[in-house]
Amino acid sequence: MKNRLNNRLGLGGWLGGGRYGVDRYAYAFHRLTGLGILAYFIMHIFVTGMRVGGQEEWERTMAFFNAPVFKAGEFLVFLAFIFHAVNGIRLVIVELACGIGRPHVPAYPYTNSTMRQRPFVVAVMILAALLMITGGVDFYFMLN
Amino acid sequence: MRESRLWFWHILSAIVIVFLLGAHMGTMHMNTILNSLGLGSADPVDSVEVFRRSASPVFLVAYIVLLGSALFHGLYGLRSMLFELSLSKSVEKTIGGLCAFAGFALFGYGTYVAIVVYRMHGVQP
Ligand code: HEM
Ligand code: HEM
Repeated sequence: MKNRLNNRLGLGGWLGGGRYGVDRYAYAFHRLTGLGILAYFIMHIFVTGMRVGGQEEWERTMAFFNAPVFKAGEFLVFLAFIFHAVNGIRLVIVELACGIGRPHVPAYPYTNSTMRQRPFVVAVMILAALLMITGGVDFYFMLN
Repeated sequence: MRESRLWFWHILSAIVIVFLLGAHMGTMHMNTILNSLGLGSADPVDSVEVFRRSASPVFLVAYIVLLGSALFHGLYGLRSMLFELSLSKSVEKTIGGLCAFAGFALFGYGTYVAIVVYRMHGVQP
């Protein structure tokens, strides 16, 4: 309990990567994107539910959501999806204990599991960036 | 035992979602590129396109499976984040109950929509 009250880092402790670096940012973003997609998805169920009212009702709904602000919002959902999906596949692989090395007796020079996983994290971030750029190109052409 | 089983479903649903939502997002957000390659459609939210997809049994099943897996995955994720706050057992039970209720209600509504629209058999262009 004492430790919990003694949070010297404050908000920076939650937002900053500290010595965990990029992995810690990936964790924070995974949470943020997961919650964002969930919020969008719940609204999405009601918006796509407008199809029950038939073609006219659907066209009226889509005319409303055609505004640039909603298009930009949908693009954000797309970016969140790419990050969450690609990082999530990495998490599934790692959590099933694949690609993290076999347990061994600690011997100098010491390694830790964060460092062993680092190349995988970097590779996954590059893949996510490439997919996001492809989506961005598509979005650009859609707007023009 | 129950918790590890739920966690396993969380992981399994993620794998199902990758494929189904990957295809859904590809259709909706890679449409310009796919269309220029002769795949997909120029305007995937156009009513004729939307109702044509909805009238297909493949899409009907895919949407219901996606609905169930994304709701379970997302709500279980939310629940486990809230559980990290070291809450009392009774608060945990309430949160679990609310998530389950929301999940079943949204699944019921989404499935109802998918079936009603499937039975419309598309619309006239
Ligand atoms: C696209 C495929 C997806 C994959 C591969 C995936 C993968 C994962 C994985 C592996 C976790 C667990 C992370 C951990 O163990 O700490 C997770 C957490 C989560 N996911 Fe997903 N997910 C996907 C889609 C979604 C969708 C569509 C939603 C929303 C409806 C969502 C919402 C969440 C939430 C809220 C969490 C909890 C975050 C946390 O505990 O930090 N995910 N996801
Ligand atoms: C942001 C971009 C998105 C767009 C533009 C979009 C668009 C659509 C459209 C137009 C439909 C109606 C059916 C059809 O046209 O085939 C639909 C249905 C659906 N979408 Fe999406 N969607 C998006 C994101 C998502 C996400 C992130 C999820 C899941 C987490 C999702 C899950 C679903 C489900 C389950 C249905 C079927 C709903 C039902 O029949 O009750 N969509 N979407």
